[in-house]
Amino acid sequence: MSIKISEMAGWREIPVAGVAYRPSTESKTGDWRSFRPIVNEEKCTGCALCHFFCPDGAISLVNEKAKVDYDFCKGCGICAEECPVKAIEMVPER
Amino acid sequence: MELGVAKQEVMGLTGDEAVAYAVKQVDPDIVAAYPITPQTIIVERFSEYVADGLVNTEFVPVESEHSALSTCVGAAAAGARAFTATASQGLALMWEILYIAASMRLPIVMAVVNRALSAPINIHCDHSDTMGARDSGWIQLYCENSQEAYDTTIQAWRIAEHPDVQLPVMVTLDGFVLSHTLESVRVLPDDVVKRFVGQRRYIRVVGHEYKEVPLVLDPENPLTLGAFGMYTHYFEYKRQQAEAMEKAKRVIEEVGREYGGISGRTYGLIHPYRLEDAEVALIGLGSTMGTAKIVVDRLRQEGMKIGLIRIRSFRPFPREELLKSLSHVKAIGVLDRAMSFGAYGGPLFMEMRSLFYDEESRPLISDYIYGLGGRDMPIKLLEDVARDVKRNADRGRVAEPIRYVGLRE
Repeated sequence: MSIKISEMAGWREIPVAGVAYRPSTESKTGDWRSFRPIVNEEKCTGCALCHFFCPDGAISLVNEKAKVDYDFCKGCGICAEECPVKAIEMVPER
Repeated sequence: MELGVAKQEVMGLTGDEAVAYAVKQVDPDIVAAYPITPQTIIVERFSEYVADGLVNTEFVPVESEHSALSTCVGAAAAGARAFTATASQGLALMWEILYIAASMRLPIVMAVVNRALSAPINIHCDHSDTMGARDSGWIQLYCENSQEAYDTTIQAWRIAEHPDVQLPVMVTLDGFVLSHTLESVRVLPDDVVKRFVGQRRYIRVVGHEYKEVPLVLDPENPLTLGAFGMYTHYFEYKRQQAEAMEKAKRVIEEVGREYGGISGRTYGLIHPYRLEDAEVALIGLGSTMGTAKIVVDRLRQEGMKIGLIRIRSFRPFPREELLKSLSHVKAIGVLDRAMSFGAYGGPLFMEMRSLFYDEESRPLISDYIYGLGGRDMPIKLLEDVARDVKRNADRGRVAEPIRYVGLRE
């Protein structure tokens, strides 16, 4: 059963215990980013280390190349740090 | 009531052992505890039950009280019945998780042996440990004797897990006075306790993708608890906690009555004694109120119209019940076994003064801070307190609002 809870729901209406009833994906945390990881597909070997290290699960492999989901990448730079072939560069957001 | 009063065995138990025995009979899924001072015999005795195969509980010895309560939080969120025990510095180290357990609405039961906080190192009886935690969102039930510690530990699960409540419960007993003192305790048969506590129930919430699911972690029905709530939602969750506390009052009374049906011992939010025609009243928490009953009896023989109220439930605070019971009283002496440094009086005094503010006729209320760090509160000192309250009643004003009892000047 799907139950809709309005944006302005009062305290009687929202679920108790701070249960997340709205998916966190509704909040595009990519807005927080001040550095953007850019993948150099020429260099990328598709080893997927960046995928495993990404704390936000924002990197996937598409056609064996790292692909960043900029909606959720917060720009922490761990991927660039961990990439064994230096295929990811952090560039300042404008 | 359906069962009638069960046949009960009398055992010689300390307060600690009484709690451990009750937990053994409830047989919770998990007990997590840190075993070193200020921990008491509660978990030591319980770990023997585990070693002897008398319970099905998984016993998790952890490296700190912070971890003990964290373990209970995880277990309770996963649907388990969880128990821990602590005291004094141990409770202080749990502080962060106290709020999390209550806010995540996890029905954990914890026994707290009331012991003084450092410094200096003391660990003897006073209420400063749990009084400091009075705003953490836990239900707090203060016991007068070891029998009550046993009885309340059993009732605590029913109160905590009630769908209208869903809050953790602290069962407190006075350090050494109860925790380490042998007493005759009447215990119920195992099956009666099992039937009384029943199975843990889960309330239903709207979780991921607006699907209605039980409030329990389950890989088939993923749920995120207590993760993130900004200024848009945090306030509403707190209001819900206030509501749960309000509803807990009725539940504590119902469970206390039902327990009376199987044990012959009925419990409520407050326990008045010889109050009907009283002009003066003493009010307080814990084992001292047992001694105070003797004082009331003695002074009654002298002709003083005196009674008392022992508050069993400090959180939720039984506002209506106290107002009703004390409406005819001229003067009240509040017994505070904790201090709130820099405040106007002890924690109970502040509640009592505030309680009567809106009333047309207000009794005179004076505060008596006593027994810190295990300082004894003998009959003689309680008599002095009672006579002081009576003098206030006679002269129609409070001579000294806050007094320290049993302190060397």
